[in-house]
This record gives sequence, structure tokens and C-alpha cells, in this order.
Amino acid sequence: MAEPLDDYIDAVSKALALPVEDAWRPAVRANLDVSLRLGRMVDEFALPDETEPAPIFTA
Amino acid sequence: MTTKSEMTASEIAGAVTSRKMSALDATEAALARIKQHDGILNSFTDVTADRARAKARAIDADIAAGKTVGSLAGVPFAVKNLFDVTGLPTRAGSKINRDLAPAKRDATLIERMEAAGAVLVGALNMGEYAYDFTGENVHDGPSRNPHDTTRMSGGSSGGSGTAVGGALVPIALGSDTNGSIRVPSSFCGIFGLKPTYGRLSRARSFPFVASLDHLGPFARSVTDLALAYDAMQGSDPDDGACTTRGLEPTLPLIANPVSDLRIAIAGGHFQKNVFPEAVEAVSRVAKALGATKVVDVPEASRARAAAYVITTTEGASLHLDRLRKRPNDFDPAVRDRLIAGAMVPAALVDRAQKFRRWYRAQLAEIFKSVDVLLAPATPCTAPKLGQVNFNLDGVELPVRANIGIHTQPISFIGLPVVAVPVPLEPLPIGVQIIAAPWREDIALRVAYALEKMGVVAAPAPRAF
Repeated sequence: MAEPLDDYIDAVSKALALPVEDAWRPAVRANLDVSLRLGRMVDEFALPDETEPAPIFTA
Repeated sequence: MTTKSEMTASEIAGAVTSRKMSALDATEAALARIKQHDGILNSFTDVTADRARAKARAIDADIAAGKTVGSLAGVPFAVKNLFDVTGLPTRAGSKINRDLAPAKRDATLIERMEAAGAVLVGALNMGEYAYDFTGENVHDGPSRNPHDTTRMSGGSSGGSGTAVGGALVPIALGSDTNGSIRVPSSFCGIFGLKPTYGRLSRARSFPFVASLDHLGPFARSVTDLALAYDAMQGSDPDDGACTTRGLEPTLPLIANPVSDLRIAIAGGHFQKNVFPEAVEAVSRVAKALGATKVVDVPEASRARAAAYVITTTEGASLHLDRLRKRPNDFDPAVRDRLIAGAMVPAALVDRAQKFRRWYRAQLAEIFKSVDVLLAPATPCTAPKLGQVNFNLDGVELPVRANIGIHTQPISFIGLPVVAVPVPLEPLPIGVQIIAAPWREDIALRVAYALEKMGVVAAPAPRAF
């Protein structure tokens, strides 16, 4: 039975020409699940529309 | 005269400059210690003995000729193997990078250390591509903890922690993206400085996460840490993120009193997810400094989440082509994290970068009313090599991802930190002394005061 995220992994793997062998899939899926969970945690935080990104920190 | 392993860098430089010891003797002693102990510790991946002897002889010749030598004359040091070292491929802990051509020029920080008279003796083991908190490496074997060789050194600058903690060299250099200087400092019981983002040049070092990468020194005393840091300061057009601020030497300032400083304990996230030893370490440091005020750092858990997202995506971007062409040559654990990182939607990364701006403003506000924040460097003392999970606050969690739970929210916005070692038994553990941007001098001053009080110290290696 396909796991949640498997269709997404297949689609992005194809789009990026990034190989994901079957043996790696459970670990990739588990890591992606953590990254998306933490990403959602950031996403849930309301920020003003004017907020600038800070890719490079300057004091 | 032979050197003892407990000689600090400043003692070696003093003895060499005053001709009580030659730079060559200091170098030979370090090479002998590496030969004697590194078979067990596994901290070095390359020993540059010929180069080191040539450099040491040149320093001795300069001294004999009456020329002025630098503040680190004859001091042996080593660097994490993501620094370019002339003549070596910059492996960055990987198998893949061993196929690179040998570097044609040293990293800027090596050049600056050597300009001050220090002697490079080798390159050090590290977690693959710096995506690591353990110090384990599937290609080179683990850097081992110098106090218990069955335990982790911490990573990703594991060899740097082991080499200094094992007293093979008095100074090492490493990198810190999410905690990779502070974690090995904690586990190996030594001092480590992660400067303000942009303070020290990263030119000719192998990157990991451009917007989070910092380089910095490890040492067995605060004086040595400041000596090395001061020698490496200065702008560098070869690193686009490197500051153009003038030199701000710290060594003349570290002995200033700390009684006028407003020191607080970081609350919230930093008081959760800790083992009793981390609580004890922070408590000892706070008590010695008379710090009782607890300051909540808002949204630090979310800051850690944002740092995680930025790290995995920027790291994936860096390695995308290698993941396509040589996936089987990666450490599988690193590869699978990077592949997952490549799949995180861009909108979430942008949200993380915007959150970073908000979070930076919150910390700037805090630093209007305090000068220093105290926080654990790691949630625990060094875990066993290969340990997969630990129990944090009643929850079973993976070790690898959570060792840096208290370091990530700080490097996320580039604040300067000195990790200080509290010599608990049976294993040491570190505390972060966190200051406002560009105030490394304050963090070093507090670390020095704690060292003089005997609250923090680098214990002699206990494994041999």
C-alpha cells in the first residue's frame, strides 16, 4: 500500500531528475515528513505582509 | 626541551618567543602526541608533518635572526578537513570530494593563523559535508571522545573537538552552521567560539549552508581562544558575507570585570528538553555569575524549526548535482536527508527566512536589557557512539537531529557564542555564553571570569 507522500516524492523526483531508489524511500519519506512538519510550524506563525526575508544576517 | 600536552598556546608562544623552546620542539611534540594517541582517537585525516617542520624551522630562523614573530609563534594547530589546505583535496568529510584536485591555496583563516606564527600540523575528521551533530563518519570512522572512546565527540567538527579535548593540539579550527563548534566543545570538554555571522572569513572552505555557515576556533583556555580569534579577524573580499568592520581585538579586554554586565538565563525552550546534567551545568555557571533573572526567548522552538528547514533546503541545493550523479557515494543518512530537503516547497523556505527577520528583532529587543544569555550547549553529555534515540522530557527522540536543539535557535540569527566546559563527572558538558551581535568580547570576558573562578575548565583527557 502506498504511503502518504509517495506520489509527491515520485513527482518531485521526476521533476528534479533526482534518483530515489526503493531502498532509500522509507528514509527519504521519514525525513521529508519531519521537514514538512517543521515547515508547517513556521508557516503557522502569522507575519506581517511587509516582512522581508533575512537570508543573510547582518547586525 | 619537550612540551607537555597541558601547555597552552599562549605558554608555547611565550616559550618560543623567549627562546626557551624552539618552534620545532613544539611541533615535534605535537606530532609525537598525534602518533601516540590518534590511532585510538581518530581525529586526524591528514598529518602535514613535512609542512609543519618546514614552517617551524622558518619561525626558529626568524627568531634567531632577531625578527619579530607573531602572537602564536610555534603553536601547533589543525583544521577541520573542509578548510582548503594547499596540496590536499578538500574532502569535507566525504568520499566524493576526495576526487577533487588538491587545493592550490590555503583557506584565509589558515593563512592568518600562520601569519601569526602558528604551525599547521594537519586536517581533521568531520561529519560528512558538515550535516552532522555526532562526529561519526562512515568513510573515515568516528572521531572518538577523549574522555570515553566509546562515546561521540559531537559534530560536525568532531575531529576538532577530539584533537583539542585530547590535548593533541592546543588550538583547532572548525565550522558551525547549526552548532558544529558548540556541540563538540560540549561533549569534549573544551572552549569553542562561534563568532557573529560574517565576522571571520570563510574563503576557501567548503560550504554547507551559505546563510548559516560560520568558522571559528577551539581551545583549552579562554586566553588561547581569544588569541586565535584575534589573529583571524579582518575583512576579506574573497568571502562576500565577511564584515568590513575594523579589527576589534578581544585579548586586551577579557580580564575586565564582569560585575557591570547584565547576565540572564535563557528560559522557555532552553529550559526544556534537557537532561539533569545540562540543568546542573547552567545552574553552576549562573550561580557563579550571580545570574538569577530568567528571560524568555520567544518562539525559539519555531526558530529551531526554521533553521532546520533552511539547512535542509540550502544543503540540498548545494549537493543537487552530486545527488544525481553519485548518490551511492554519500553516507546514506546524509543522502536521504538531502534528497528530502530538495523536496521541501520553496514557499516554506521563504516563510522560514521571513520568520528569521522577525526573530532577529525579538532578540535585538532582549539585548537592550541584557548583555549575556546563558543556555545549555547540548541537552546531555556525550551519547554512546551509534546511539540512535534518547529520552528527552519523557519523549523518545532521535539523537542525531536533536543534539543541536539548543544551539540552532542561536546560530539561526548569527549571534556570537562562547561554549564553556563545565567539568562534571564522569563527563563534561558545555554552556553557551551568548552575546549581542559583534560582542564576542563580552562573551569571552564572561568565559574568562568563569575560568578564573574555577567553574569552567577543560579537563585532562580521561581516556588515556
